[in-house]
Amino acid sequence: MSGEKPILTISNLHVGIEGTPILKGIDIIIPSGEIHAIMGRNGSGKTTAANVIMGHPSYDIEDGDVLLSGESILDMEPWERSRSGVFLSFQYPQSVPGLQVGNFLRKSVSSVRGDEAAKGSAFREDLKNAMSKLNIPSSFLSRYVNDGFSGGEKKRFEILQMMLLKPRLAVLDETDSGLDIDGIRTVAEGINEVVRGTENGALIITHYSRILEHVKPDRIHVMIGGKIVASGGPGLASLLEENGYDWLEERVAEGEVFE
Amino acid sequence: MSQPSEAREAVGDYKAGWHDPENSTIRFDFGLSEKVVRDISELKSEPEWMTEMRLKAYRHFTERPMPDWGNTEVLEGIDFDNVCYFLRSSDETGETWEDVPEDIRNTFERLGIPEAEQKWLSGVTAQYESETVYHSIREDLEKQGVVFLDMDSGLKEYEEIVRRYFGTVVPFSDNKFSALNTAVWSGGSFIYVPKGVSVEMPVQAYFRINAKNMGQFERTLIIADEGSSIHYVEGCTAPTYSTDSLHSAVVELIALPGAHIRYTTVQNWSNNVYNLVTKRGVAHEDSKIEWVDGNIGSKLTMKYPAVILKGEGSHAEVISVAYAGAGQHQDAGAKVHHLASNTTSNILSKSISKDGGRGSYRGMAKIMPKAENCRMNIVCDALILDEGSRSDTYPTMEVGNASAHCEHEASVSKVGDEQLFYLMSRGHTEAEALGMIVNGFFEPFTKELPMEYAVELNKLMALEMEGSIG
Repeated sequence: MSGEKPILTISNLHVGIEGTPILKGIDIIIPSGEIHAIMGRNGSGKTTAANVIMGHPSYDIEDGDVLLSGESILDMEPWERSRSGVFLSFQYPQSVPGLQVGNFLRKSVSSVRGDEAAKGSAFREDLKNAMSKLNIPSSFLSRYVNDGFSGGEKKRFEILQMMLLKPRLAVLDETDSGLDIDGIRTVAEGINEVVRGTENGALIITHYSRILEHVKPDRIHVMIGGKIVASGGPGLASLLEENGYDWLEERVAEGEVFE
Repeated sequence: MSQPSEAREAVGDYKAGWHDPENSTIRFDFGLSEKVVRDISELKSEPEWMTEMRLKAYRHFTERPMPDWGNTEVLEGIDFDNVCYFLRSSDETGETWEDVPEDIRNTFERLGIPEAEQKWLSGVTAQYESETVYHSIREDLEKQGVVFLDMDSGLKEYEEIVRRYFGTVVPFSDNKFSALNTAVWSGGSFIYVPKGVSVEMPVQAYFRINAKNMGQFERTLIIADEGSSIHYVEGCTAPTYSTDSLHSAVVELIALPGAHIRYTTVQNWSNNVYNLVTKRGVAHEDSKIEWVDGNIGSKLTMKYPAVILKGEGSHAEVISVAYAGAGQHQDAGAKVHHLASNTTSNILSKSISKDGGRGSYRGMAKIMPKAENCRMNIVCDALILDEGSRSDTYPTMEVGNASAHCEHEASVSKVGDEQLFYLMSRGHTEAEALGMIVNGFFEPFTKELPMEYAVELNKLMALEMEGSIG
């Protein structure tokens, strides 16, 4: 299947929650090896898209499909999707008091990549390398998952998990928010490492273009009101940065197409 | 005779729910009377003072009403006439496992006791029904004068010490069930640690109920002499039957000046056992008593490990966790009385309720007017896993001295969908995710356990989580 099928295909996706439509027909195709971004304001439906890809149980899929390397994943439980190679970096990671980071990482790697990957020196090396790249001290391993973490620590921990779980498709929901410039650069390096030069893919969800300067996505999709109103190359991000979403909304309303 | 089919139906997910054939050498008829009390005492050839104490306690038991607090409805369900008060299953206490009758030995092997003994324990007693069937202690400890016996042997061999301390911490008149225990007690542990001796590895007692409608009334007395220390661990299981058994123990601890006693319980009764236990310790100057108390099974548990801080500078630590599943009520907590100045106490109580189970924290912390500069800290956390499960908190604090420093925190939380989703997105099934949350919640308790116990407890909780998710 090497690269023949896109890593992610979202087609005509309609999603609602308790009868309220949120996504109104989304189409995104991420060929393997590519990084795409969804930009949009708060409430435009970006996080819903991320949650639906991961399998959050609260949403109703009304129409359309989500395919991972050509296979529909909509009937799969979140943990099955994870084991198939989907990863979500959460906007608000949950804390689990009493669950040690080191222990959790090992168990997660074992669940997702198999027992062998979580054993012995290979795992320890992997962990050490990833932690040093993300400037995470080793004392971190004995803390409890996201318990009392600062905003920046939570985001770094999400990226650490991504680097260890080695997903085929990484979805990053507002991973840049709450990070300073150094943090954003570090996180961007993590994303590049997981995707660039591989057959994996990533979808970055953000409302700022800052992180995109470091990741340099192949394609940018702009979401407004549950629809992709514009898709284009990296230039689209700078246009948005300069002129804002209102400007884009007016252009789109006037029938201008950004491709 | 055993009735395997009935037992099997009721076993469910409880791992220790099997039972052996009831091969008893002596078995009393159901029901309690003065004669039963006398017979037990006579059978054990006890000194007269003990027989007298038993009889007084029996009379108190018959006159004393049932508690009018706690889960009175479930308590009223106890049928004292339908309980076997004494059952001897082996004529002697084995010094090696080979001396223990085969059925019983197999049971303890399945529970992993001989293995644990070899690896990490200083001594072991194993009680089956009413009496101890196996006993061992490491030779070097014996040479240092450490006494670790079952209570019946303790009374025979160290009558003076027993007479001096027995019933001084928990008098029979303390409550209806301490009266019952004093009347019909059998088995339990007697421990004496001489001055200055530190017992590095824990000693363990294991309590197993096997027969149906059995009453187990062990009595434990631990005396740690000046500057000594000991860690005592007890574990309990029983078969699953459709009728109820009664476990009503009394434990008395005496920490003499500078001594340190840690008493760890991991109780995993099947859910047909009433577990009504009185545990109390007296802490003298600069001594320390710690209760580490884990309550997993049972139908109704009412247990509030207590410490009387009698000597200046003494310290109490009570860490308890309770898991209440379907049809279970864990009414657990702690009691601390600060009688002397500069005494300190920490109470940490954590409960989980699931599948309609009910967890209650009931606590009493008291600082007497003459006790200066005392500190107490109470934290109780409850985790509710589903709708219909219940958690209550009944804390009482009485502070009689203005120099006291008291803190009390309580929290009730529910496992959220977002938390489960987060863990599931990392490749963990719903049951695994729930297990992680639950084990994390209990972590402040499990980290205090010997490692082997912590691992077992985590496995047990993971199993509990699996059992209920379709």
